[in-house]
Amino acid sequence: MSSPTSPRSGTEPGRRALFGGLLTLALAPPAEATPEAMAEAIARFTGGATPELSAAITLDIPSLVENGNTVPVTIAVDSPMTEAAHVRAIALFNQRNPQPQVIEARLGPWSGAARISTRARLADSQRLTAVAALSDGRFLLAEAEVVVTLAACLEG
Amino acid sequence: MARTLIRVPATATRGEVIEIRTLIQHPMETGYRPDAAGRLLVRDIITRFTCHFDNRLVFEAMLHSAIAANPYLTFTLRAEASGVLTFAWEGDHDFRHVETRALTVT
Repeated sequence: MSSPTSPRSGTEPGRRALFGGLLTLALAPPAEATPEAMAEAIARFTGGATPELSAAITLDIPSLVENGNTVPVTIAVDSPMTEAAHVRAIALFNQRNPQPQVIEARLGPWSGAARISTRARLADSQRLTAVAALSDGRFLLAEAEVVVTLAACLEG
Repeated sequence: MARTLIRVPATATRGEVIEIRTLIQHPMETGYRPDAAGRLLVRDIITRFTCHFDNRLVFEAMLHSAIAANPYLTFTLRAEASGVLTFAWEGDHDFRHVETRALTVT
């Protein structure tokens, strides 16, 4: 408060916070209201670009899961996987685990196809979002709702 | 030593897209689970998986606590030439495990 510059610098964080807030809103995926942490994680993955909901990306996961400790999930993107047009990366995000990230995979034209499978842990019934990064700078998005009857023991 | 299961086709024709399946024995302790006394168990997960084909990185995945125990991962590769696939898992507490498999392209 004693510094002569403090009134000016004092307004900066406020402006930044407002701008950051607007930016976050603008970056949120086009779907329904998603928890902020997932939206932020997706924005970090896309570098701020808004992913497009697309039929070219499929997120294959059971819609009803008995055991959230091990849920099979496959993400595939319809892509020629050539030097000119390929998938650079695939990531999976969740809304209601303690952390929004599940996996991020990097691939390239040498992959031949854009398809990964793994097994996830889900702490609760929730929506999952898969995002693919394309070589032309676009990002594609697919979503799936999963109902979990026995949650993964993430929080005791 | 962690046990692993790796499935790579023994042979592939040139240009064929092969699927590689990997699994490694690992608890993937999330860091969010309390023990009997209520203290959080320290996180112990694999954070990174890589696959190199003759020293060239062909697949990489960053894993988080939301990956199930004994991480299973499949991915694809276009078989262009015979060579050696090197699989590496790295994680908390200096975990590191490396396996190699030969790929024969006809």
